Amino acid sequence: MNNKYNNIIKNIRSNILNLTFQAKSSHIGSCLSIVEILVALYFGTLKKTDRFILSKGHAALALYSILFEKRFISKKVLRSFGSNKTILMNHVSSKVNGVEFSTGSLGHGLPVSVGKALKFKINKEKNKVYVLISDGEINEGTTWESLLFASHHKLDNLNIIIDYNKIQSMDFVSNVMKIEPLKQKFEAFGCKVYEVDGHSVMQIKKILKKKLINKPKVLIANTIKGKGVSFMENDNLWHYKNPDQNQLIKALKEIKIKYA
Amino acid sequence: MRKIFIQELTKINNKKKNIYLVINDLGYNVVEPFSNKFPKRFFNAGVSEQNMMGMSAGIASEKCHTFVYSIANFSTFRCAEQIRNDIDYHKLPVTIVSVGSGVGYGNLGYSHHALQDLALMRSFPNMLILAPGNNNELVSSLKYITNNPQPSYLRLDKDECIESKRKKNIKIIPGKLIRILNASKKNVIIVTGKNQEIAIEMSKNKYKGYSVFSLPMWGMSTKKNFFYSINKFKNIVTVEDHFQDGGFGSWVNEILSFYKKKINITSEFISANSIYDVGSKIYLLKKYGPKLKK
Repeated sequence: MNNKYNNIIKNIRSNILNLTFQAKSSHIGSCLSIVEILVALYFGTLKKTDRFILSKGHAALALYSILFEKRFISKKVLRSFGSNKTILMNHVSSKVNGVEFSTGSLGHGLPVSVGKALKFKINKEKNKVYVLISDGEINEGTTWESLLFASHHKLDNLNIIIDYNKIQSMDFVSNVMKIEPLKQKFEAFGCKVYEVDGHSVMQIKKILKKKLINKPKVLIANTIKGKGVSFMENDNLWHYKNPDQNQLIKALKEIKIKYA
Repeated sequence: MRKIFIQELTKINNKKKNIYLVINDLGYNVVEPFSNKFPKRFFNAGVSEQNMMGMSAGIASEKCHTFVYSIANFSTFRCAEQIRNDIDYHKLPVTIVSVGSGVGYGNLGYSHHALQDLALMRSFPNMLILAPGNNNELVSSLKYITNNPQPSYLRLDKDECIESKRKKNIKIIPGKLIRILNASKKNVIIVTGKNQEIAIEMSKNKYKGYSVFSLPMWGMSTKKNFFYSINKFKNIVTVEDHFQDGGFGSWVNEILSFYKKKINITSEFISANSIYDVGSKIYLLKKYGPKLKK
């Protein structure tokens, strides 16, 4: 289904793997779960006047990798990830060309997005705002404060995408803090909610294109943490760990075959 | 000082047009001049300060200047991380307006007192603190901040000021002193916020013969400017309606320590013993605030 984008997806996942290995950084699973969401946004959804905020800032490397694919940053800059004096902070930084807002602490991206959407809406500007939040982030009180405000002010230019990979930092979401029934919760807060396969670029794009009137849009993207690498999928070990040389080779080989 | 603030902000936005005022469900009988004149530039964020502050950063990031009006504790500690990460780090033009400096809300109690807010706000590298001591300083501070939009904290006294007879349109420069009472050239009282009457009273008795200066704009980035305006003094007394720890006097002390300058410094502040006592602003200040007499 993603055939058209397979090469890009392969490149992004390979860069995530290589650079996490190089920098000995963490959050590889969180990066791998949002690749298709980013591809759907950056290849055919986002217009120049739109805004995108990655609220789950720990998945910065996925965003940097797609910004490289879109020529916002050079290969030299991308390769500086993890080094001293790099502009590529491990949590996403707005010092990087193409990044709208720095995040890192969870629960910040949505309120900021609401402010942007509000400004555009009241001034009748056409800009749309997209924000990608994590499922762990749903624990944050700001998520619900922002939703109350966004639906009260009928911010139909606000698109909230949830990377629902069902694993947060320490454990499965269902073991840490039950957030289900998620769809009904968002609906009760006045949003129009869609559920999609978070690894289907076409499905995500289709929903993001839908025009709403007077309601914020919520897209629950069902994803797999560590997507694309068999031994990283659905294992919260890869929220923290970086691959060793053998694991890297194995993972890159899998990616190469899967997204050929 | 609230009414003058709203009047001036409304006046400024007649020209600027890019100012937004956001509140967290308070400001009854205060904010109306602005909200009536600019209904599309005024938002009640409800009782949700974290969203209010993040959202204000979002508005400001789209070439606007957001003023967030609240009682001091709500607009500082409740949403400290939003101020730190979203506003200060991004250098966004959000002016956080707090009302009720010190024990201004008297009998309402500790939850509504602003006794540690300066400690928090002065720890942010890009934050300019505006603590006007009278209406003229307030008007000039507003003029400065709307012409130089940046992360800023406007700390207002709850009570209105008796109209100052001093010259209007004073020029305020961050980190620079404003002379209030001219006497000794070496011994001075430096006051921030609306504590000038206390300082003037002190100069008649406890610190007899001392000159009185106001410092209405300061913060981390103004330290050098400030040092050069005080390094010729011999004795400095600081006056504030805040705890000593993390307060204005401590800030002055830190600067003197950094520049290894030996100037005698005495701090007049509100004692932390005040937090479990209940009473009016006058009562609490008299018992726990800067002591007027020896």
